[in-house]
Amino acid sequence: MEYFLGIDIGSVSTKGVVLNEKQEVVAESYLYTKGNPMDAANRVIQELRGQIDEKIPIVGVGTTGSARKLIGTILNATVIKNEITAHAIGTLSFYPEVRTILEIGGQDSKIILLENQIVTDYAMNTLCAAGTGAFLSSQAERLGVPVEDFGKIALTSKSPTNIAARCTVFAESDLVHKIQMGYKKEDIIAGLCKSVASNYLNNVAKGKKIQGPIIFQGGVSKNVGVQKAFEELLGEEVFVSPKGHLMGAIGVAILALRSKKRTLFQPNFDYRAFETKGFQCNRCANHCEIISVRKNNTFIDSWGNRCEKGNLMIQK
Amino acid sequence: MNKKIISFPHLGSYSVPIEFLLTHITPHEVLIAPKITNKTLELGAKYAPDTVCIPFKYNLGNYIEALELGANVLFQAGGGCRYGYYSEVQEKILKDLGYTFEFYSLVDVDRFKVSYMYKTFKKLNPHLSFFKFFYYLVLTVLMVFYMDRLDSLIRKNIGFEIEHGLHQEVKKDFLRDFKKTKGFFHLHRMFRMYKKKILRIPIKKPENCLKVGIIGELYTAMEPFSTYFLEMELAKMNIEVKRFTDVTYLLFLKALRRRKMLRDISKYCTYTLGADGMDNVWRTWYLAKNHYDGIIHTKPFGCTPEIGAIPIIDKVAHDEKIPIIYFSFDTQTSEVGVKTRLEAFYDMILAQKGAQ
Repeated sequence: MEYFLGIDIGSVSTKGVVLNEKQEVVAESYLYTKGNPMDAANRVIQELRGQIDEKIPIVGVGTTGSARKLIGTILNATVIKNEITAHAIGTLSFYPEVRTILEIGGQDSKIILLENQIVTDYAMNTLCAAGTGAFLSSQAERLGVPVEDFGKIALTSKSPTNIAARCTVFAESDLVHKIQMGYKKEDIIAGLCKSVASNYLNNVAKGKKIQGPIIFQGGVSKNVGVQKAFEELLGEEVFVSPKGHLMGAIGVAILALRSKKRTLFQPNFDYRAFETKGFQCNRCANHCEIISVRKNNTFIDSWGNRCEKGNLMIQK
Repeated sequence: MNKKIISFPHLGSYSVPIEFLLTHITPHEVLIAPKITNKTLELGAKYAPDTVCIPFKYNLGNYIEALELGANVLFQAGGGCRYGYYSEVQEKILKDLGYTFEFYSLVDVDRFKVSYMYKTFKKLNPHLSFFKFFYYLVLTVLMVFYMDRLDSLIRKNIGFEIEHGLHQEVKKDFLRDFKKTKGFFHLHRMFRMYKKKILRIPIKKPENCLKVGIIGELYTAMEPFSTYFLEMELAKMNIEVKRFTDVTYLLFLKALRRRKMLRDISKYCTYTLGADGMDNVWRTWYLAKNHYDGIIHTKPFGCTPEIGAIPIIDKVAHDEKIPIIYFSFDTQTSEVGVKTRLEAFYDMILAQKGAQ
């Protein structure tokens, strides 16, 4: 039996799974990135190790998420894939009939439309972070409520307060205004959930034809209030998968399984041996921002460079 | 008065024909603005209004860098959108910054007129005869035409070259040689030779390779720096690229094809949409009918004619079932974000092709 590791290193949380050949999840892990993707990846791997037999062979590694390149290089990954493809593949493995995937993560949100198990259209938020997990967390702090309880509290509201959507700045100032006016906390929280959903539909899903079955995932999908708001706005049932937060990691593990490449993965790697250096190349006015990765002072890989001049800088 | 030094903003590799024209019809020195870099954009963004479209910022950056090197005569063109106001606003901004220079616009109100151009150049060279002006103008236009032909050939094949960089090398060579054009026959001979050279570069191109059309606003289509070298990225993914917008298109084909295009898409458009809006609706329709695998639409952030065209383009793409992706470029656009979306687009069109 062969096993495959998939890691999704997001801005807020890092997710990892180990799959067997039958695409069954044998180990899973979910924890906060805390601004250190290398350490987070390491913690995820250690946690996964604890859940499986030490001796089982992991023969492929896939990485996705915003730190996919960095972690992929360090882990010598066989597949490094963008999060859109990874999420689509992961979700399809559980729900082959899905037509629309709504995904709201910590820092970005996306919509993926599928037909006959093939992605036909997608979009990602471009300009604004409104309606992402980070916005909800910061507002939870303002209201003095743990963000995990947001959904439950929202459901108790009978008349959600109207809160301006469109942009975090508008939403936030409107929220403060409504608090000072004396609206009830649960109504405000329900209104906030609604504004996240309508903001998403107006910005990210703008002009897209949303058809059922609809699946809602990403960290924010754990918030029942937002799920309910989506159902109200779309007039259709919105499913939340219990493994919704892991879909990216599962998808990229499946891609590692599908690829022909096989290399035995050593889980006891020491990430401290790796050193990353970000610098600006000053050899021309382009000022490329280059990241180079070294292991025990030997050069491994770099990115961000555009020309030969930068190559000289990297090797130094 | 001091010696006059002429300069103009960059647009792809079109500095070659423009320099050729200017050196032959004026007695003045021509200074090519330094190549576009991040510094150019920073300079432009610093002095331009924040919400203006991005070509304005690149142009302004080019001017400032050229002025710093001693240029004192600047040229600008114009078009049927905000581009039509570029010259006046840029002249004002640069004068406010304290530079001394002469500023000429090649475009009278909205259209290229040979007589207007002649009058403009006459100011720089009082001895310029109309015959000489016209001769070099036609020669330059032919050079642009040949450049565009060779370029579109390269776009077809560059993604499949066996030895990396050969197409780019030929491009460098023909640009260098075109500068030394002696006359019509010489130019034509060079064109034929380079065409053969390009076709002789060994490529490995599968029969049913992925084909993508690039549509959208003209500056982002023609200036590779402004889209983080989008065409090069596509070449790396082994994709054949079709691009409609080049100077040949803007000078001739656009006007010639207008009625035909409107007829073809009469279901969607009754009138033109300003700038290249209607053209892009037609291109979407054309690419779908010709079985392309996907469309990439690029525009500067806030490009009004394209914003007007996008809902119609969306409808055409939806009706014809062709995947389309939109990119909007600004100083704040993240290169990583563009790459992520592009990768996903590649995965998507590849999967769709496989499913057919």
